[in-house]
Amino acid sequence: MRDVAIIGVGATKFGELWDRSFRSIGIEAGMKAIEDANLSGGEIDCLFIGNMSAGRFINQQHIDALIADYSGMATNNIPAVRVEAGGASGGVAFGQGVMAVASGVHDTVLVGGAEKMTDLDDTSINTVMDATADAEWESGMGLTLASLYAMIARRVMHEGMATREEIASVAVNSHFHGALNPGAQFRKEVPLETVLRSGPVAEPLGMFDCAPITDGAAAVVLCPLEEAKKHTDNYVRVAAVAQGSDTLALSQRRDITTFGATVAASKKAYEMAGITASDISVAEIHDDFSISGILALQDLGFYKRGEAGKAFLNGETRVGAGRIAVNTSGGLKARGYPIGASGVAQIAEITEQLRGKADKRQVPNAKYGLAQSVGGTGSAVTVSIMEAI
Amino acid sequence: MSSVARAWREYPGKYNLEGTRCGNCGMIFFPGRDFCPKCRRDSIGKMEKYRVRKDGEVFSFSIIHDAPACNSFLKPYAVAMVKTGDGVLVEGQLVDVELDKISIGMPVRAVLRKLDEDGASGVIHYGFKFVPAL
Repeated sequence: MRDVAIIGVGATKFGELWDRSFRSIGIEAGMKAIEDANLSGGEIDCLFIGNMSAGRFINQQHIDALIADYSGMATNNIPAVRVEAGGASGGVAFGQGVMAVASGVHDTVLVGGAEKMTDLDDTSINTVMDATADAEWESGMGLTLASLYAMIARRVMHEGMATREEIASVAVNSHFHGALNPGAQFRKEVPLETVLRSGPVAEPLGMFDCAPITDGAAAVVLCPLEEAKKHTDNYVRVAAVAQGSDTLALSQRRDITTFGATVAASKKAYEMAGITASDISVAEIHDDFSISGILALQDLGFYKRGEAGKAFLNGETRVGAGRIAVNTSGGLKARGYPIGASGVAQIAEITEQLRGKADKRQVPNAKYGLAQSVGGTGSAVTVSIMEAI
Repeated sequence: MSSVARAWREYPGKYNLEGTRCGNCGMIFFPGRDFCPKCRRDSIGKMEKYRVRKDGEVFSFSIIHDAPACNSFLKPYAVAMVKTGDGVLVEGQLVDVELDKISIGMPVRAVLRKLDEDGASGVIHYGFKFVPAL
C-alpha cells in the first residue's frame, strides 16, 4: 500500500445559497481544490462524490455522471463514483478515494462532497434526514432523527454522563469557532442561555442543539505521498482512514450513550497511524446534534466518560485553550451541515490547520488532526487522521 | 408510506409486536430477523416467531415539536424507547399521557392505534403505540 497525500482543498461558502444549483456548487469546490493543488484538472484519474440524497432533495439521481460532465472530466472518460452513507457520505467517499490511491489503482483522485438542500421545503428536508434512521421501525413509527438523538441525550443526562448545560455547550463551542470562519453559515457566537432557551425541536433538544439546513460543497485532491512534492510544497499526509458500522436502529443496541462504530473506527485509526488520542491536537467531529459532541469526544478517547461535557462547558475545546481544539471550522452546527459535503469539508479544515493556513482559528504547531463523520445514529462512522509534513 | 404491500407484510410486527427468537441462543429480536447476528449460520432455520411482551417501562423518551407532515396535527407528541418485560427495546409513540408526567422507568403497555393514512382515499395504517399502564 502507498502512503497518500492531500495536495489541495476547496470549499464553497456554506449557507442558504438560493442562487446556486447543485452542479454549480459542486464544480466550484472541485475547481478550487484542483487550483490549490496546482493542477489543471486533466491529471485527475478518478472522482468520488459524497452525496446523501440528491434524489430526494433535487430529484436528481446519477450525480456521479452530472459532476463528471460539468467538471469537464467526462471528456477524459474517467470513472466517477457517488458514495452514500447517510451523514457519513463525505467521510466514506474520502476513505474510498484514499484507498484508490493507496492501492495503486488510481494516482490523482478528487474527492468531493455536495448537498443542495434548500430547494426542498423544511418539513420534507427533515423527512429525508429521518430516512437515515430505520425507515420502517423508527421514522415509520413517528420518530424523527432529532428525537432519536434527544433520547440519547435524555439517557446521557439520566446516567449522569453530562448535564443539559454541558450538552448545550457543544453548540456554544461550534459557534465560537464559526464566528472566526469566513466560509461558515453562522458567523456569530451564541451564549449558553440562547441555546438553552431556543424553541424545542425534540425535547430535551432545541433549535440551537441541531445543525442547520445548508447548501454547500467541499473537495480535496489526493495523490501518492512520494509524488506530492511535484505539485506543491504544502501538503499533508493521510495517516489513517478507518470506518466502523453498528445497527441501523437505536433500539437494537444495549447502550445508547456510546457509539460503538466510533470506538471501533478510532481504535483502528490510531493503530494505523501509530499514535494515540493524546497525539491529536485538532479535531473535527460530527455535531449534527449537540449531544453527538459529548459522545464523540469520549468515544474517540479524548476524554473519559463523564468528562467531555465539562471540557465543552469550561471552554477547553476552543482554539488555543486546551490540549485539543474541537470543530475549529464551526462544526456542523455553525459552519453548516450540507450532509454529503460535511465529511469532506472536515478533511479540508484539518488540512488547512496542518498547513498552518487556518488564519484566526489556527491551532499552533498541530502535528496530527482527526475528522469524525457519522451516519444516522452512529450506524456508520469514519475516523480519518492527517499528519503535518 | 405509500405501498399497500409494504404495509401488509409488516402487519405481524406492527399489530402484534411479533418478532423472532433465535432457537440457538434464545436471543429475542424486535423487529424480527431472518437470522441471529450472533449465531449467524448456526441460527438459519432455527428462528422462531416470537410475540414480544406488551408491558414494559420507559427507557428513554422525547417530546417531538418539529414533526413530519403526516403527524403535524399531533404535535407536540411523545415518543419513547420502551424496555419490554422480555428486556427488548422497542421504539414507538407514547400517547394518552400528560407530556410533563413522563419519566424514565414509567410503566407502559402497547396498544393498537392509527399510525398514518395515505391521503383521503388511501390505506389507513395501524400499529402499536404505548400508553401508561394502570
